[in-house]
Amino acid sequence: MGAVQRTEIQRRLAWRKRKSTIFAGMCMLAITIALGMLAVLLIYIAVQGYSRVEWSFLTSFPSRFPERAGIQAAVLGSIYVIGIAGIASFVLGVGAAIYLEEYATRQRFTRIIQINIANLAGVPSIVYGILGLEIFVRSLSLGKSVLAGGFTLALLVLPVIIITSQEAIRAVPPSIREGGFALGASRWQAVWHLVLPQAFSGILTGVILAVSRAMGETAPLIVMGALTFVPFAPDGPMSRFTVLPIQIFNWTSRPQAGFHEAAAAGIVVLLVLLFIMNAGAVFLRYKFGNRI
Amino acid sequence: MPSTESILRTDNLSVYYGTKRAVTDVSLDVPSNQITAIIGPSGCGKSTLLRCFNRMNELIPTASTTGKVYFHGEDLYAEHVDPAEIRFQIGMVFQRPNPFPKSIFDNVAFGPKINGFKGDMAELVETSLVRAALWDEVKDRLNASALSLSGGQQQRLCIARTLAVKPQVILMDEPCSALDPIATLAIEEVMRELAEEYSIVIVTHNMQQAARVSHYTAFMMTEESRTGILAEYGESRQIFTNPRDERTEAYITGRFG
Repeated sequence: MGAVQRTEIQRRLAWRKRKSTIFAGMCMLAITIALGMLAVLLIYIAVQGYSRVEWSFLTSFPSRFPERAGIQAAVLGSIYVIGIAGIASFVLGVGAAIYLEEYATRQRFTRIIQINIANLAGVPSIVYGILGLEIFVRSLSLGKSVLAGGFTLALLVLPVIIITSQEAIRAVPPSIREGGFALGASRWQAVWHLVLPQAFSGILTGVILAVSRAMGETAPLIVMGALTFVPFAPDGPMSRFTVLPIQIFNWTSRPQAGFHEAAAAGIVVLLVLLFIMNAGAVFLRYKFGNRI
Repeated sequence: MPSTESILRTDNLSVYYGTKRAVTDVSLDVPSNQITAIIGPSGCGKSTLLRCFNRMNELIPTASTTGKVYFHGEDLYAEHVDPAEIRFQIGMVFQRPNPFPKSIFDNVAFGPKINGFKGDMAELVETSLVRAALWDEVKDRLNASALSLSGGQQQRLCIARTLAVKPQVILMDEPCSALDPIATLAIEEVMRELAEEYSIVIVTHNMQQAARVSHYTAFMMTEESRTGILAEYGESRQIFTNPRDERTEAYITGRFG
């Protein structure tokens, strides 16, 4: 009797183990496909752009001769625009998140705001370009400048930053705030000294990821009126500009093979910049996350 | 009721969460420099009553209060009173230790710092930790994370943190319920010493604890439609040996609750 039962159990156990192995195999296949595609893309780009990735490519301006065309204006334009977008969206987004999580009390009102923020995160980016054109370029007369471009991208990433910051703030246990209040802390002191230090690495990760996505955005800036041929470096917030993805797009649409190589090299530069930003996010997260 | 001078007093205090009443018409005198225990079954409004003494309850959006709470004869809920100022004088230790994710030193220094303390912080931190009987265990690692301490040590750190702002009253909301018996005894020892200088109100589930440490005991309970009534209040010795109210007797002898 006992022996019969044991073999029955063993049989079931073996089947369960096999199912587990099959599932693990399927998951492995999924990640192999995902990483494989990425690897193919990277190798393809690297091989095509390899010959052009050199210092002079980074320091030259666009040219009608593909071998002389460089990317300096686009790199600087991207850095300027993203810098402005990052600062503006960080300040506004974190402020809005703090308000919604720590101060807002009218339940229905905040819920409506909340739903709308989530909806805004899903609005196509080109719509933000039209908004930027109307508000920043025309109404506020900033012109088709670096500043207007940065603000447009800031609007684009704002909903995502608000939502991730809210999540980071909500993850701080309420007992920490209570402990602060019980010692006579004001709401501001509890937020500034207790909540934000703990939420900071989460907020920062969200901001950097959102902003690095904005770095690849093309459509809103084209609508807003960024240039495609810029033979000068931006010299201030009111300067006209182009950004990397626009430059790359421009090169890929030319017939000469030399420009396609330049485009591939441009993509390598864009990816390196993105990689640096994400590495920065990891570093900051590590630095602030491990402080205590 | 107590013979000594009272420091906190409630007068027909009722607390509502939305329309639900959690504390009903409680009138209670908390004596100065004594330990007052509030006991009673779960959900009888003990913690709610305690949180009225430092206005922590109003952080819950739906909570509202009727009746009066007096601190040294002054109405705590008067319009000109700033709750932050109250909490500075009436400290609180919570059910679960909630040290800030900072160093041990910074935990204790937090209260004085935000309240603009200008004196010798190192000395204040040391005396606070000594009083909470934690100094000897942490004096060599004040810069270590408070989260590296054991549960019992964390709770004593929370007591030290409260002492550092020099309150007159310390409210303790089941401070030992998350601790083992040895850590519990350490906290009780600290409470006895603190009672010489502070007035302590402790909510506890543990009747032995109330009998061991408190001078006065209030028994709260729920009756049919009335949640959170004060059934009996008196000297602990009398409450635990010779309760006047039969409901108290039923509870302390373990017939309900």
